[in-house]
Amino acid sequence: MLYINCPHCGLRSQNEFSYGGDATVKRPDLNKEISDQDWDNFVYNRKSLRGKHWELWQHISGCRQWIKVERDTSTHEIFNTLKANEETI
Amino acid sequence: MQKYSIFSLIKNAFSNHKKWDLAWKDPTPKKEYDVVIIGGGGHGLATAYYLAKEHNITNVAIIEKGWIGGGNVGRNTTIIRSNYMYDDNALFSEFGMDLWRKMSQDLNYNVMFSPRGIINLAHSDAQMNIYARRGNSMRLNGIDAELLNREQVREIIPMVDFSENVRFPIFGGLMQPSAGTARHDAVAWGYARQADSMGVDIIQNCEVNGFDITAGKINGLRTSRGNIKAKKIGLCVAGSTNILAEKLNMTLPIETHLLQACVSEPVKPILDKVVTFGAGHFYISQSDKGEMVMGGDLDGYNSYAQRGNLPTLQHVLTEGIAMMPFLSKLKMLRTWGGIMDMSMDGSPIIDKTHIEGLYLNCGWCYGGFKATPASGWTFAHTIAQDRVHELNAGYSLNRFSTGHLLDEKGLGTKTWIS
Repeated sequence: MLYINCPHCGLRSQNEFSYGGDATVKRPDLNKEISDQDWDNFVYNRKSLRGKHWELWQHISGCRQWIKVERDTSTHEIFNTLKANEETI
Repeated sequence: MQKYSIFSLIKNAFSNHKKWDLAWKDPTPKKEYDVVIIGGGGHGLATAYYLAKEHNITNVAIIEKGWIGGGNVGRNTTIIRSNYMYDDNALFSEFGMDLWRKMSQDLNYNVMFSPRGIINLAHSDAQMNIYARRGNSMRLNGIDAELLNREQVREIIPMVDFSENVRFPIFGGLMQPSAGTARHDAVAWGYARQADSMGVDIIQNCEVNGFDITAGKINGLRTSRGNIKAKKIGLCVAGSTNILAEKLNMTLPIETHLLQACVSEPVKPILDKVVTFGAGHFYISQSDKGEMVMGGDLDGYNSYAQRGNLPTLQHVLTEGIAMMPFLSKLKMLRTWGGIMDMSMDGSPIIDKTHIEGLYLNCGWCYGGFKATPASGWTFAHTIAQDRVHELNAGYSLNRFSTGHLLDEKGLGTKTWIS
């Protein structure tokens, strides 16, 4: 069982959360020229490495806020959690 | 190579089975190979076997970080099927079904292929319509499919909950009678033994640390057991694809996720089909030892841990008990996890890359085991001929850019949703 420290509600079990994927993926800036490669990188391509991984979770059965979680993908240890609008370290 | 038969079995019985040849050797890596396959799982071993058998390329090495067959080929639920709607998936998988049917004879190794049939249960009229459409598509591609109504399903698998007041009543199901199961370890060992006998070097406990690329062409690789030159390299590393892709400066439409499976204590024969629950993600069959073999959803977050978490298992088994209430009386014998190379449209990638001499085989999601022979066969063709075969033409790497996705389940890019 993962225990995630929601920045709004405190420590809760993973049962209350829903996963949202890699948090470092940035949507291309729509005011600029966007190449196909930029769209591919945003929509499809993922690094998905072993080790520390910043990812999005939604506290769906709690405050319903999206949050950022830094978790190790090989040990599942959670190091950090941030509100969605806070920048990753 | 020593042929396995009733006669060799009797002969070796006289020497207390102490004089059997080793099934494969343990060679030290040579300085150079024509082809190096990275990954000694089912797909890697099959690729090496078909390179030797179909294309006469025998100066081949398989480089495996751990031991052969220690990854997903030893961790799956052994289901073999070709019940796909899209042509690319259906024709590829059905080609594989033919290879499965001949495999034990072909490899002189009993892989215990058991074409017992698979039934996908339907729980609504809408789902029956979808299954009718999929079944028709399958039949147009020459694959056997039967749409069953509620009574027909009841006749075949009466242990499923047919009560009137359940949350997901059984409306019927789609059956592929020729689908089935096989003994997964035997598949890896059978391919390894034959590949080895034709001259392939199976090099275990050898980790790939990096690649030697000059002017966009692959020259070799650096491993924990020294540098190896290679004209061509094939990547067959499933859940570790992203780790090697990083060493190649490639970012792929793949995420690595954790999938669990489990078996119950062995019980007397009750289920002679593979059955899937249609209102969630749960599949079940009974092994030859009598264990109920079960699996379902991914754990749902990127992971390289080959072990699972209990909430997902509980969720999956809740579905199982909803479908077959007797399961609640069984004790769990074992649970385990494997890491899946989840592609962004649910279909695999078997293709060349932008690096000359480097070939990619990944993205198998939930369906890697059943694809073992077809994947090995088409990947061997792609490597040997330096061009894709028509069977894997749809499994291109650039389909994500061009929009030719093969999204069989219509889930989009959220690979963890099932």
